[in-house]
Amino acid sequence: MQTTSHAFKDNARKAMADVDLRTALKRVETGFTTARRKAADRLPEFEDLRDAGRDIKNHVLENLDFYLERFEERVIAQGGKVHWCSTPREARETILKLCRSVDARTATKGKSMIAEEIALNPFLEANGIEPIETDLGEYIIQLADEPPSHIIGPAVHKTKDQVSDLFLEHHWKYGRTERQTDPQALVNEAREILRQKYVDADVGITGANFLVAETGSTIIVTNEGNGDLTQMLPKMHIVIASLEKIVPTLDDMATIMRVLARSATGQEMSVYTTLSTGTRREGDLDGPEEFHVVLLDNGRSEMVGTELQELLRCIRCGACMNHCPVYHTVGGHAYGWVYPGPIGAALDPHFLGIEEARHLPSASTFCGKCEEVCPMRIPLPRIMRYWREQAFERRVGPPLERAGIRFWAFFARRPALYRLATRLAIRVLRRLAGRRGVLTALPFAGGWTDGRDLPAPEGRTFQELWKSGRRSP
Amino acid sequence: MTKQSVRVGLFVTCLVDLFRPSVGFAAVKLLEAAGCVVEVPAAQTCCGQPAYNSGDRADTAALARNVIAAFEGFDHVVAPSGSCAGMLKHHYPRLFDDDPAMKARAERFADKVHELVSFLVDVMEMPDQGVRWEATATYHDSCSGLRELKVREQPRALLGKVEGLTLTPLPGAETCCGFGGTFAVKYGEVSTDMVSRKCDDVAATGADLLLAGDLGCLMNIAGRFRREGKRVECRHVAEVLAGLRDVPAIGEGG
Ligand code: SF4
Repeated sequence: MQTTSHAFKDNARKAMADVDLRTALKRVETGFTTARRKAADRLPEFEDLRDAGRDIKNHVLENLDFYLERFEERVIAQGGKVHWCSTPREARETILKLCRSVDARTATKGKSMIAEEIALNPFLEANGIEPIETDLGEYIIQLADEPPSHIIGPAVHKTKDQVSDLFLEHHWKYGRTERQTDPQALVNEAREILRQKYVDADVGITGANFLVAETGSTIIVTNEGNGDLTQMLPKMHIVIASLEKIVPTLDDMATIMRVLARSATGQEMSVYTTLSTGTRREGDLDGPEEFHVVLLDNGRSEMVGTELQELLRCIRCGACMNHCPVYHTVGGHAYGWVYPGPIGAALDPHFLGIEEARHLPSASTFCGKCEEVCPMRIPLPRIMRYWREQAFERRVGPPLERAGIRFWAFFARRPALYRLATRLAIRVLRRLAGRRGVLTALPFAGGWTDGRDLPAPEGRTFQELWKSGRRSP
Repeated sequence: MTKQSVRVGLFVTCLVDLFRPSVGFAAVKLLEAAGCVVEVPAAQTCCGQPAYNSGDRADTAALARNVIAAFEGFDHVVAPSGSCAGMLKHHYPRLFDDDPAMKARAERFADKVHELVSFLVDVMEMPDQGVRWEATATYHDSCSGLRELKVREQPRALLGKVEGLTLTPLPGAETCCGFGGTFAVKYGEVSTDMVSRKCDDVAATGADLLLAGDLGCLMNIAGRFRREGKRVECRHVAEVLAGLRDVPAIGEGG
């Protein structure tokens, strides 16, 4: 995916002017947050489960090699294969080779953020293989030729009207000439069109929410059941997953599952939880003849043992963006790459470099809401701060901003000098404000005064008054 | 130690120091009423958040050293701001991860740090002050106070005792107002959008007075109200609790 993270400010401006997007984001803000609150309140042990989930993932990260190797052994024992890929390119090429080995013309796809991370679709297309998204949201944005704007609701930025228009435009060729407006009718229309594609597909590609070391299983959760058809009907099932998805046992998976859907959508569980373990066995009614797990690293193993390690606990539930006031304001596309919202702000600089992604960790008020709701208790603000420190150290970003901070700090570190300077500055500001009580424009602070007034200082500093013996205003 | 001998160092905060000394005086009045002896060390400037949030760790650590040195001798360190108190309490120790001696000092210091209103309620169990203030007010929970210091019920409890004051709930009270320090300048448009929605929420309650425990948020919200031409008074919660009715509200001339 082409990144536009460097243009965050422009992206944000466009997003804020988009009325449809605002409507859609309001739905995220009220819908998801209320649902999570209720789900969490209904489960007394919810907070304990968060701790347990965090501990499981921490344990895994301490023993990553062990569990990954164990997982591979189990996959092989069930007739499957694991492909270790350190870069997106390797992963893409591995998948292409697999597709070609069965002369695939089309591949159905379940929802996968890793497929987005490695930009799989355009690559397959360029190589003559048609990827067909089967998750409704992914299907919608595939038609619209847009990247996802949310990690669990890729088309959450689209209104129903926009979907009606898109379907009419693209389903014309299947003889669908009536514009549907009822949500159920839209879903049915997409399902009917996808049905034949499931049957025709040579390869089914899915992501994975979990990889289970004990059994060699990969697990996906969906609300549409599309993943099941994607992985069971074609000859070959390819799972594309990043290595931190590993958990030791099915019980561990179950523990984390209990916080996953509740955090994401407020459901107790997603409608479908599908375990895939190896290839079709004798006597099985269905299942793939070949089962491949493409295991992507893409710099993740380098994160172990660093400030970023805790990010590897992420289960991609989306709660952090569902609750983020900045995400509610600018939407997912403004972040300019695969992962939006707080998790994106903390993770994307690792993939894109801090030069490209510098705005993402900066464009946060550190309100802390994301950390409050993250089921895996990832200290997202702390990691965003880490990136700000990296940017500052490497002199990324406007020199004037940096100079401004250093200039201010020069005074703030010297109380006596600071007293003198601030006394003066405050008097000037007070003068400028006159009797209005506010300043309406200020050089160097246009970001503030373009959208709001600056309340004027009362006139003298507290320290000055205190020193002069004043004890009341 | 009897309550009368409690020595409190007031961390004024840079915004109160520069923009609204009245909040500082309100804090002193309340602390004294609660039985504290209040001192205001002259060697304080700012908690360092502008540098800290800009990634400037070296300057932040230098500022932290100054603050710790100026305040570690007190029984308690109190700030009329959840944001600054949170910085002193939860972030200072982290600044010295590679200096164990300084880290230990920062931790001892951090144990003494409190946000003003929670200190009055939780530590000093301040008796009713018999304050009167006629208004319909609503209360915005500032992020750091709420999430880092668990300040939520304390201000509401004290405001509940103010005669004549009706406290009406603010939907979305726990949603960030978009201030975020330097964020409000660096990402001014996003910040403005956020504060506009906060103002809409406040206006929808019908309250004529908005209260909060952090001057940053208040200046943001008051500044936006003024720009929109709406008349909702914005004040620090300490001003009301101390009964400073003669001071014009934030952003009001006079
Ligand atoms: S960071 Fe936490 S809240 Fe955000 S997607 Fe990952 S697990 Fe969910």
